Amino acid sequence: MQYLLLIYRNEAQQSQMAPADYQKLLAEYSAYTQEIAQSGHFKAGDGLQPTSTAKTVRVRDGKAMTTDGPFAETREQLGGYYLVEAKDLDAAIALAARIPGARDGSIEVRPVMINK
Amino acid sequence: MIAASDIDKIFRDEAGRALATLIRLVGDFDLAEDALQDAFAVALERWSAGELPDNPRAWLVNVGRNKAIDRVRRQAAFRGKQQALLHELELNAQAPAEPPAMLDDDMLRLIFTCCHPAFASEVQVALTLRTVCGLSTAQVARAFLVSEDAMGQRLVRAKQKIRLAGIPYEVPERDALAPRLDGVLAVIYLVFTEGYVATSGADLMRPDLTAEAIRLARLLDRLMPDRAAIKGLLALMLLHDARRAGRETAAGDIVLLEEQDRSLWDRAQIEEGSRLVDEALRVPGRPQSYVVQAAIAALHARAPSYGQTDWPQIAGLYEVLLRINPSPVIELNHAAAVSMVDGPARALDLVDAIAARGGLDGYELLPAVRADLLRRLGRKQEAREAYAAATEATQLEPLRRLYARRVGEME
Repeated sequence: MQYLLLIYRNEAQQSQMAPADYQKLLAEYSAYTQEIAQSGHFKAGDGLQPTSTAKTVRVRDGKAMTTDGPFAETREQLGGYYLVEAKDLDAAIALAARIPGARDGSIEVRPVMINK
Repeated sequence: MIAASDIDKIFRDEAGRALATLIRLVGDFDLAEDALQDAFAVALERWSAGELPDNPRAWLVNVGRNKAIDRVRRQAAFRGKQQALLHELELNAQAPAEPPAMLDDDMLRLIFTCCHPAFASEVQVALTLRTVCGLSTAQVARAFLVSEDAMGQRLVRAKQKIRLAGIPYEVPERDALAPRLDGVLAVIYLVFTEGYVATSGADLMRPDLTAEAIRLARLLDRLMPDRAAIKGLLALMLLHDARRAGRETAAGDIVLLEEQDRSLWDRAQIEEGSRLVDEALRVPGRPQSYVVQAAIAALHARAPSYGQTDWPQIAGLYEVLLRINPSPVIELNHAAAVSMVDGPARALDLVDAIAARGGLDGYELLPAVRADLLRRLGRKQEAREAYAAATEATQLEPLRRLYARRVGEME
């Protein structure tokens, strides 16, 4: 099965990280990505630009309306994702627990819908 | 001719294990359940005509497997995955009979799946009672005090979740086993409790459920030796169950511990339970709740009479238990033990203090314990009111008859 691992973390905190710490975090992500690519779990994955760069689009009565940023004010924001292949939910949860961001943020594990 | 009630009993006895094996064979919860229902329908027709197979469970699994193949075939559009499933099913169909150990594992696999932490704990118990123990949706609904419709929905959603979220159908690896075990033990004990004091209906006890719970705990003890919690739970259940024959009259009336004929108790089972308590106590580590509870049950089971029971030690063990996991239900039991050490007046103070905090609102045994203490204190009018409340609170006929008898005795 495929699972989308959505990485949520506090954007404000992350923007205040010391440059050396941030570099260390990036290196950890890079190592993690290589590990799960070698083990055959990795399908896709990226970090995202901050929510200040985001647009939210909705179509109402045939008209597209665009607003800045994500819709809701939340403590943690989506900051990146991995798409992984895992044999079951337990395996996906184990992969999610190893994501560096799981230590201070949270990872949402979502099974990808299978078209029948 | 075989009576429909006998066939019903076979279905009840075999449903859990047949389903557990079918789920492994067909790899899908819903498909396995549907196929087993199909197999039941065929069985009802053939068996009532007089052809009872030697091994009904193996028969149900075989017919169920063929029905599953039919069901997959009937679906109009085959995709690659279903082709593969069909192929695998047909291969399995030619495989020789499963060795018994494999079938035990199927049951354990089903339990760990039903008790997966991705489910809320209520859902874990509901799924286990429905699929492992073969209770009807209506019976599970009653155990949870919700409507049958609501329970049906909850079970459907849970089974969808197994498939959609990819909850594994397997016993966890050794490293992951320990945290998963606590949840499984809680579920097994709830199944036992449902069998030991049925939540409703004409029968006080459901020995099939207690036997199932004990069997599962034995299996766990074999697979995971030297775990105090498993030994403790197994001991606790054995010790309670050993007193079963003394708890009920032929007419189905409840006999309280103080009035039970202790010669009816199963001595061999009490010895086994006591031995397990000793083994569990020797396992290093923090005291485990089930072990302490089993130690209390052992003191009861080995006492020559109600009066000659070691009540001070029992009250002390309840205090240990309260430190491990504080709970108003344990406080209530502690109060009942205190009534035998310091008298009913002191115990009534404790019970009223628990009630005042509201932690036991809706717990059906609270008014029953109060009623008993008031009766022993000779406060007849208050006792009558408490027995009326206790009668109101239970759905169990034998308990209602007991309360009526107690009120009668006070006149």
